[in-house]
Amino acid sequence: MKVAVLRFPGTNCEFDTQYAFEKLGHATELVWHENESLPEGIDLVVVPGGFSYGDYLRSGSIARFSPVMKAVVSFANDGGRVLGICNGFQILTEAGLLPGALKRNNDLHFISKHQNLCVINNDNAFLNKCETGEVLNIPIAHADGNYYIDESGFEKLEANDQILLRYSDEKGAPVVVNGSVTSIAGVCNESKNVFGLMPHPERALEAILGSEDGLRMLKGFEA
Amino acid sequence: MEAVVNVFLKEGVLDPQGKAAHHALDSLGFPGVEDVRIGKQIIIKLTTDDRTKAEAEVKEMCETLLANTVIEDYTIEIN
Repeated sequence: MKVAVLRFPGTNCEFDTQYAFEKLGHATELVWHENESLPEGIDLVVVPGGFSYGDYLRSGSIARFSPVMKAVVSFANDGGRVLGICNGFQILTEAGLLPGALKRNNDLHFISKHQNLCVINNDNAFLNKCETGEVLNIPIAHADGNYYIDESGFEKLEANDQILLRYSDEKGAPVVVNGSVTSIAGVCNESKNVFGLMPHPERALEAILGSEDGLRMLKGFEA
Repeated sequence: MEAVVNVFLKEGVLDPQGKAAHHALDSLGFPGVEDVRIGKQIIIKLTTDDRTKAEAEVKEMCETLLANTVIEDYTIEIN
């Protein structure tokens, strides 16, 4: 698999993301935001975490207009797989590739900790190596992770199995972490080729460092 | 011309910053506060003198970049 990892001014998780996919045996390539096209033969585009453009105006709102994002939108519209992690998730919602929006956390804190997540739907290209109802332990680190979607949008998400993950306790029961609608931590688009989540799977690769659940998540794209 | 754009979270979308400021005002002894909402103001200097054109242009700026209409409303004042 060949993975393109995007890089904007202020991105800071690009090397961890490359490391994660290389650990799984895949080729990766960093792609600068000014590029107007993606490298040839890309199987997956990852929009990594960070603080693109200093989170000015709204998180992700400036990055979505970068030249490379035009290429990403057409790649996604042609069915290409795209994964947005944290700031990448914010960029994908701002770009309209994913439904909803990410607001400031309810308690206004920057939350940085290990967090349990419950797998809600695994019938997709991302979480197919995980079980529905399984609890994963993945770090979160964000100030604007409070997922919002209006009622009709939420109903569509549910009906189409687009809710990927919810913040949960160790048994899988939803918990309030940042104020997200029904504790949503990750969603995908209707055609299930664009995925976004606030937690950082690329930071959960080694059991000795707390969790290796991230490896299994990212492995899903191999199928 | 100058355009003043105010961007606020939509009614019904919880505004965590407004809520925090409301609590702070309560505890500072301002009991008469019913609600606080925090938004942002964006001031744009325009080269055109055509009011209609300015309004249309700034509206497009809001829809494209300045507001995220999934969660935010905006108002435009042209001076």
